[in-house]
Amino acid sequence: MRRQVPLIITFVVGSVLIIAAFIPHYPFGRLGENFSLYFDIIAVFAFILGGGNLIRIHGGKFTRGIKLSIAAAKKTGGFWPLTFLIEFPFLAFGGLEDKRGRDWFFSFITLAGFVAMLYVGLFKIGNPDGWGGNVTHPLSTFQQFYIYMFNPLQATMYALLAFFVASASYRAFRAKSPEATILLATAFIILLGRTPAGAYATGWMPESLSFLHVPNLANWIMAVPNLAGQRAILIGIALGVIAMSLRVILGVERTYLGSDRE
Amino acid sequence: MERRAIWYLLGFLVVVLAFVVSTALKGFYITLGAFLTLSILSFLYKDNIFYKAAEHLFVGVSAAYWMTMGFWTVLIPNLIGKLHPPIVRPFVPAIADQPANYFYLIPAVLGIMLLWRLSPKGPWISRWSLAFIVGTTAGLNFIRYMASDLLGQINSSMVPLVVLENGSLDTLTSISNIVIFLGVFCGLIYFFFSKEHKGAFGVGSRIGIWILMITFGAGFGYTVMARISLLVGRFQFLLGDWLGLLG
Repeated sequence: MRRQVPLIITFVVGSVLIIAAFIPHYPFGRLGENFSLYFDIIAVFAFILGGGNLIRIHGGKFTRGIKLSIAAAKKTGGFWPLTFLIEFPFLAFGGLEDKRGRDWFFSFITLAGFVAMLYVGLFKIGNPDGWGGNVTHPLSTFQQFYIYMFNPLQATMYALLAFFVASASYRAFRAKSPEATILLATAFIILLGRTPAGAYATGWMPESLSFLHVPNLANWIMAVPNLAGQRAILIGIALGVIAMSLRVILGVERTYLGSDRE
Repeated sequence: MERRAIWYLLGFLVVVLAFVVSTALKGFYITLGAFLTLSILSFLYKDNIFYKAAEHLFVGVSAAYWMTMGFWTVLIPNLIGKLHPPIVRPFVPAIADQPANYFYLIPAVLGIMLLWRLSPKGPWISRWSLAFIVGTTAGLNFIRYMASDLLGQINSSMVPLVVLENGSLDTLTSISNIVIFLGVFCGLIYFFFSKEHKGAFGVGSRIGIWILMITFGAGFGYTVMARISLLVGRFQFLLGDWLGLLG
């Protein structure tokens, strides 16, 4: 019951979706469409599960940290709320002896951000069109949070990688072998070809040698050898995905069911 | 320890003061965006509480963002609206008069079973929903990858190796097509591990490595470009929108 039913569900759903692609008529076509819609709905429940898990983990860490911090403040004697306030930075940011309660203030920040965003989104706070308005209305508080909180955090987090990529490439990109040289040269041409410096550096070349202009060379690399490599990788990935899908549908691959102890 | 706490408090007060001044001059949202941007960038110096705070905020905010989007764009119109359409009249009037479709109880039940994972007892109940998700993903991916990534890419690689234009040889297109065809072929040889890469097979594998290195180099170059453009965007925000230094 605990393992057989999930295996049957996987087999039926997977098989129907494959059959629906080849026989897109009643009942398979309809079933395939419905399964895709059901999948989207269950995926939202997965988001809710993620949110619930986040509350459980960070909520636990926060309450444990607060309790331990208050206990630590009480230990010092005197009026403990004052001690708690004075020692707050120390207690909140990793100063606690008990590791389980450390950094509880960060958990509080996670929870605060989560609750605030959820509140303004679910209740459509500040939405000029009220309940009937689009949740992403440009003037809604939810969208303002997205633009000025979510977006800067996400974009800066990715932008930060530029520095680490540059530092890593300095160490890794030494032309030690022909392969490394090819990689280095390609990256250099692509980077140069996508900036005005590339066009400026080779702009003096005659028209007959236009294929050696760095921007043209970069375009050719992207459109030809890069495409060939991408295709080889895509075909390899596709073979892997198809094999894994078959294993899952036929019940050979069962790791997603977890252990028997659950 | 008290000395350290005082320094922490002083630093915190300076940040709060800067935040208040900036809010008064530029408004709350722009100040918030600028402070969060600077908090993340502060990691370049070293790991610190501002970075950690921003990182934790990002986790909470992004989880809530996707939950909210899923709720309003999927759950309300596609689940609640199908099970009991009149209830969604204030939000999606277009579907409020449609007949109820009780087949949607299936994803509702599976969704609730998935949430059972949070319960300390009987987490195996969520396996049914998980099985549905895994089965759907496997079925859809099987077809999608077969059609577009396997057959589609092979089909696109079957190009004429000698291209004539107006009766004469089009050298560049011919060379390009040869590189594409051989590149894909040799790349696949490299990924074939059931035979030792020796002799002619080894030569093909070696060319495959070179082609893959070009791909990785191009991918690296593009990634760096994308990250740099994001960074430029952040600096434009800081120097332009926030500080007003850009014209």
